[in-house]
Order: sequence, then C-alpha cells, then structure tokens
Amino acid sequence: MISKQEVEYVAHLARLEIDDAQKDKFTSQLNDILLYIDKLNELDTKGVEPMSHAIAVTNAFRDDKVVESIGTESSLANAPDARGEFFRVPKVIE
Amino acid sequence: MEFETVIGLEVHAQLLTETKIFCNCSTKFGGAPNSHACPVCLGMPGVLPVLNKKVVEFAMKMALATNCLINKSCSYARKNYFYPDLPKGYQISQYAYPLAEHGHVFLDVDGVQKKIGITRIHMEEDAGKLIHDEHNPFSYVDLNRTGVPLIEIVSEPDMRSPEEAADYLKRLHEILVYLEICDGNMEEGSFRCDANVSIRPRGQKEFGTRAELKNMNSFRNVQRALEYEVKRQQYLVENGGKVVQETRLWDDAQSVTNSMRSKEEAHDYRYFPDPDLVPVIVDDTWVEKIAKELPELPLAKRERFVKDYQIPAYDAGVLTVDKALAGYFEDVVKLCSSPKAASNWVMGDVLKFLNEEKRDIRNCPISATALAEMICLIEDGTISGKMAKDIVEEMYKTGKDPKAIIAEKGMVQITDEGALSIAIQKIMDANPNQLKDYRGGKDKLFGFFVGQVMKATQGKANPQLVNDLLKKMLAG
Repeated sequence: MISKQEVEYVAHLARLEIDDAQKDKFTSQLNDILLYIDKLNELDTKGVEPMSHAIAVTNAFRDDKVVESIGTESSLANAPDARGEFFRVPKVIE
Repeated sequence: MEFETVIGLEVHAQLLTETKIFCNCSTKFGGAPNSHACPVCLGMPGVLPVLNKKVVEFAMKMALATNCLINKSCSYARKNYFYPDLPKGYQISQYAYPLAEHGHVFLDVDGVQKKIGITRIHMEEDAGKLIHDEHNPFSYVDLNRTGVPLIEIVSEPDMRSPEEAADYLKRLHEILVYLEICDGNMEEGSFRCDANVSIRPRGQKEFGTRAELKNMNSFRNVQRALEYEVKRQQYLVENGGKVVQETRLWDDAQSVTNSMRSKEEAHDYRYFPDPDLVPVIVDDTWVEKIAKELPELPLAKRERFVKDYQIPAYDAGVLTVDKALAGYFEDVVKLCSSPKAASNWVMGDVLKFLNEEKRDIRNCPISATALAEMICLIEDGTISGKMAKDIVEEMYKTGKDPKAIIAEKGMVQITDEGALSIAIQKIMDANPNQLKDYRGGKDKLFGFFVGQVMKATQGKANPQLVNDLLKKMLAG
C-alpha cells in the first residue's frame, strides 16, 4: 500500500507542488494502479529474466567521430536565464 | 584500544574518446563555455542517446587489465536527481547490470603482494561544471563536460591504511595511463577519487560505520584526508562518541574534513533501466579482440625489467611509472648494453633535470641515443664518470651529443700512461716534504697526491690509472 506520506515524498523528489486534495486523489489512484499490477503476481515468473526493453535490439552503437556542435549561442537560446556564455541558475551549493 | 582502518575507493576516470558517450560532441577540454553541446547533452526533450562504441571498448580494456569478469550483457540505468550540472534531471549510468565485476590489482605492501578486490567497473556520463558567484545568488553553468564518458571503478573495502589507499590509487592511475584510455590529470579532474573509510577494534569482524570523503584532487590529498579522518573517528570513539554515516568534504587549506550531508539527507536516486538505451552484449570474440590490443602492463613490465636487465626492483619501479620513461630506458639499454648504468643515469640525472623543470620524458633534450653514447664513452674509458656528470648536464642544456661536447671542451680523459707518469713525477718533485712523509708511513697523503694529479690534469686523468701509477711511483 502507498501512504499519503509516500505520495508527498515522491512529489517532493520530483519537485511537484500538489495540494491536499490532490495528495488524497493520487494516493488512491496509485494504489489502484499497484493493485492492477499485482495481478501479474498470479503468474509464475520463476526462471524468467527481468525485461528492461520492449524491443529485441542490442548493441546500437555510434562511431567515435566528432560532429560540429550547435554552438554556444544556440545552446543558450532556450535558456530561461543566461549571462555571457553561461546558463545562469539560482545558486545551489552541493 | 587498537583500531584497524578499513578503506574502499571509488575512482572516476574520464575516457580519452574524441566524442561524448551518447552524442557526437567533442570531449576536448578548454573550449568556450557551452560550445561543445547539442540537443542530446543539453537534455532537450525527444532526443535519443546513442552509445559510443569506443567507450565500451576502453572500459573493457580497463576491466581486462584489472582482472575483471566482463558480463555477457550489461545495460544502462537512470540515476535521478535535480542539480543544474545535469540538465536532463538524471545521469545515465549503470546500476544493476554493470559492464564488469570481480577484478583485482596487486599492491606491494612491505615487499609482499597484497590483492585488492575490484567490485565493479561501470560506464556513465560526466556532469557539467558550475561556477558559483561569490557575491550574488547565482551559479553559472557550462555543459561542455556533460556527457563526457567516465568509468567508475569501485574497490572492495580491502585497504587497511591511507598509504595502501594511495598506493592502490597510483596503481589504477598507472594502468589507465598505460592503456591510453585516460590522461590521468587529477587537477583537471579527469581522474577523481572518493573514499569510504571506517575504523573497527582490531579483531572485530563487522565493519564500523563509514564516512564517505570527497574533494581530494591529488594522491597526497587522498592520503592526508584519510589520515585525518581515521584520527577523527578514533578520537570520537575513544571519547564515547559515535561515527555517523555521512559524506564529508576535504578542506585542503584547513587540512580537515567537514560534514556535507548525513545519511538522512542522502539522495534517493530511484534508479531504473533507461528505455532509450538497449542492452550491450559482449561476446567472447569481442573480448579476445580487445585483449589482444592490451599493452604490456606496469606490473608485468616491472617484473620483466628485474628479470631481463638484472636491475633492482626499486629501479624497475621508478622506470615503469611512466610507459614513455620505460621505453626511453629500454632504448638506452639496447644501444649501450649496460642496464644498471643506464638505470642510474636515467633515474638520477635525467629525471632530476626533468623534474626540476616539470618536463616530460617525451620532451627530454637528451635523446636515448645520445645518453647511450655517453654511457659507452664511460665504459670504454674515454671519459670518467665525473666528467660525464658535467657532460650530461651540458647535453640537457644544449641538446648536443656527447662527442660534440667533449670535442668543444677538450674533455677527453687522459689514459696515456707516459704523459701521466711525467705529470706525477713533476708533482713528486714539487712536493718533497709530502713525499717523505708518505714514504714514512703517512698513508693518508695518498689522497693529496691524487688531488694534485687531478688538478694538474684539470680532472681529465683516468682515476683508475692515476691510482695505479701513483701507488707504484710513490712507493719509489
């Protein structure tokens, strides 16, 4: 079962601001989804490798050849804030 | 109480590929900010990362060189966190299925080989660089480094002292540079190290609570930070305190570690398989192909030098620290057939000159051929070892070959017995009192006569010959 606290925690991790009504709504919705997924547990999956990809493609590689980048100006074009050749963000020190 | 230190290291090495791990942007260091960027590494929506094959091959080289097992199949995962150095909001890394596991390297601990286990090696992308404004509430972001390929090499908690940790780090560094897959520059951050350290009462089986140390940008600082941290933890425990699990930053200026975040504040990365990147399958043929490309590794080279050239293990250690230096030494030996002399000149004078100027052996003004020639001139008696000291310095300064310097300075050793005898006779005639005293039993005066002969011949006399002749002539 997912608790309301877990919903708050996950919302925080995703930097989502949600109000109390939404928290209740998402808690029940997420639990419904988990209940539905639980149906899969009825299957015996012993000896079945976990699947991470839906397509049976492996080893999609690229050669190590430089292609011209888009340039500083284009890189910064969509930025909400920039100064000189840099993106500018609120100061957060890790 | 006696404590035992337990250390494990996580090393990040930037790979020397031309392009980033998931896009075609250049990895060159020092470009204009945000000039090596494209929609993929900028984290634009809807783009598709495609893996650089060379990254896998470079990582395989390191895996093989550190005796790891390469997994038949590995895959990428997203490590989720919000920080402006990664615009996507996640770092592409490997989690449950890394490229390689169960490796080891050997350290020399007091003459005994000690095996340090390597838990895993995985591939991931580097993050961008932040410059924090000191006066305003802003940070400036340069994403040139975002997406530069890294391998992370995680060790087992097998090291028992800060010295061992520093030594392990040097071995890894050496191997990466030998393989030519990383430039190993710690100051520029292409080789970085985090350390997990804990203490426990000697004899206790369970590990103590560990602290993770970050921000050490030299071998010396890794060792210093660990030494400080071990002392801090011991002091805590001895005074009734408890070590808490946390991340601590090394402060080089103050020579201390400071708490950065505790376990409670630790990130919850919510790893999950990256659906954009398909699994990597490594078959035996591919592993064999890469194994064939491996150069001779430092440890093997060291052992071969001791065996083939009969030089001390210490010499072999110094000479093989750098692959180019080892190559230089071997070039000298090939031409002069006196390995110990070659080792002495390379380790002594040549390295001293280079270190004084922080120069690399690749830019050494003395060619291996010229050094070999000089050693041959000592061996055949043309010049003395003492003259060679001056000549080698001149060779370093001017880049000239030894014969040219000898000719210029008239430095050829006097090996003519007749000429030396005449000189000795003159000195004996000029110093009758000393001669009398010597013959009367004052053996110490022998040195005085040697000095006089050397002075008279401007140091050019062959020392062995001077000794022999003096002994004979002084005896009368």
